Amino acid sequence: MSDLAWLDAALTSARPQALGALLRYFRNLDRAEEAFQEACLRALRNWPVNGPPRDPAAWLIFVGRNAALDQVRRQSSEEPLPPEELISDQGDAEAALAERLDNSHYRDDVLRLLFICCHPDLPATQQIALALRIVSGLSVKEIARAFLVSESAMEQRITRAKRRVAGADVAFETPGPVERAERLAAVAAMIYLLFNEGYSASGGEAHIRVPLCEEAIRLARLLLRLFPGEPEIMGLTALLLLQHGRARARLDAEGCIVLMEDQDRTLWDGAMMAEGLVLVEKALRHRRPGAYQVQAAVAAVHAVAARFEDTDWAEIDRLYAVLEALQPSPVITLNRAVAVAKLRGAAAALAMIAPLAERLSGYFHFFGVKGALLLELGRAEEARVAFDRAIALAHTPAEAAHIRLNLDRLMKDSAPRGNTKAAF
Amino acid sequence: MSPADKEEPMRYAILCYHDEAAVGALTKEQDDALMAELEVVRRKLEAKLGPVARLMPTTAATTLRAGAEPLLIDGPFAETKEALLGFYVSECATLEEAIEAARELMAPRMAAGLMSALEIRPISIFLPGKAGA
Repeated sequence: MSDLAWLDAALTSARPQALGALLRYFRNLDRAEEAFQEACLRALRNWPVNGPPRDPAAWLIFVGRNAALDQVRRQSSEEPLPPEELISDQGDAEAALAERLDNSHYRDDVLRLLFICCHPDLPATQQIALALRIVSGLSVKEIARAFLVSESAMEQRITRAKRRVAGADVAFETPGPVERAERLAAVAAMIYLLFNEGYSASGGEAHIRVPLCEEAIRLARLLLRLFPGEPEIMGLTALLLLQHGRARARLDAEGCIVLMEDQDRTLWDGAMMAEGLVLVEKALRHRRPGAYQVQAAVAAVHAVAARFEDTDWAEIDRLYAVLEALQPSPVITLNRAVAVAKLRGAAAALAMIAPLAERLSGYFHFFGVKGALLLELGRAEEARVAFDRAIALAHTPAEAAHIRLNLDRLMKDSAPRGNTKAAF
Repeated sequence: MSPADKEEPMRYAILCYHDEAAVGALTKEQDDALMAELEVVRRKLEAKLGPVARLMPTTAATTLRAGAEPLLIDGPFAETKEALLGFYVSECATLEEAIEAARELMAPRMAAGLMSALEIRPISIFLPGKAGA
């Protein structure tokens, strides 16, 4: 890294707070972004010479606000402006401002900034793209690369999303407890979407896009730092850590999917898993269960099993039952069926997922699980039909390749005998 | 000054404060590279470095605060911009030597873009205990 790496890092980490405060001040996203941009330019000139300020976010807010106000003044009068050195020398003013910007202010500023990206009219991918642009400060080029679309397409997408958001009515007053909880839930959902976009890419060649996962974890930790006592945010952060901690083991050298049962657990990231486990433990102490916490608890059961055979399936079954009650969904029942298959056999699991067929008729994993269960029961022909359907629904080459592997196995098993049923 | 002139060497804690958001913004590769470089320094200083700890993010912390009924709070004790994210225990003959060790430990952090502060604090009581030995 260059000698000025610290400058880049400081600007990136100060961005959510600084931009959030400028948005509260100007109540206009474009103006806030311009002000922040200007403040960053001045930081690039000023910090290498004078050294970094004690509180970069406060410096950027102060300078950004003044620069934007100057802009307004410049437009309204021909009065000469003070020399830049005067504006940029923030010695005392900075300290005073930092005092007024206490943590509770920052908290709602950053939450608001995240929340405006979660506009319900915006499709999920646009919410994520907007958050990456506005909150994370990634360039359009970087975001386009992450989503595997052209830069101009992403530029359009973000511009459209911004226009939509600009027309939205977002309250700038400090939110009340109910409103704050609603915002937190919306933002948590958006961060989870972002993570999933990276964890199981919705299209294109790459199956896992690590930068998106890492960015989601960064945002989750940011949120948790601001709301350290929220068990669901602990759960969300834990869930992301426990899932991403397995990333290195999820694909083999050829980029093929490795199922949990075949994963080399020494490739799991010990530090990430440990942090995830701590957060699950902390969250559960609150006894306020929520969907993220329960999913994190499931991931934790896998994390503590030294070998796949050691997995506590009864606990996973129990946790999915809790999750079904909290948030009924056919996908959760499907996941539970995997645990049930381990506990009570494939037939019981198959019976459990049979009623889901209609609602999950377009879901890749439904046919993957169904095929595997049928295969286990020796119903090769039906398994083949399910696997064919799964391939048709696969989102990435890795997903399709994984199912094809099952099909190949099926062919190999059945070919010499001519009839797989004979094996049973 | 010969060793005989000195009494026992002083133990210093080197407390590592970082902008947590900046540490969290490092990619896995950057973080691993930083750890590898710090390990090189640690080995070089091994003779005078005792226990070393990297702390999990402050979000993993729980704080018990004294009161009529001690209060359990999620998160770190102090909500500061720079958080205590690790520490070294060193054994040095002089403060100068401890500062020199801190300088070496600072270099990889700065190269990684972290605006760190390393606080060198003399230790008054040190009981190594048995855990982690």
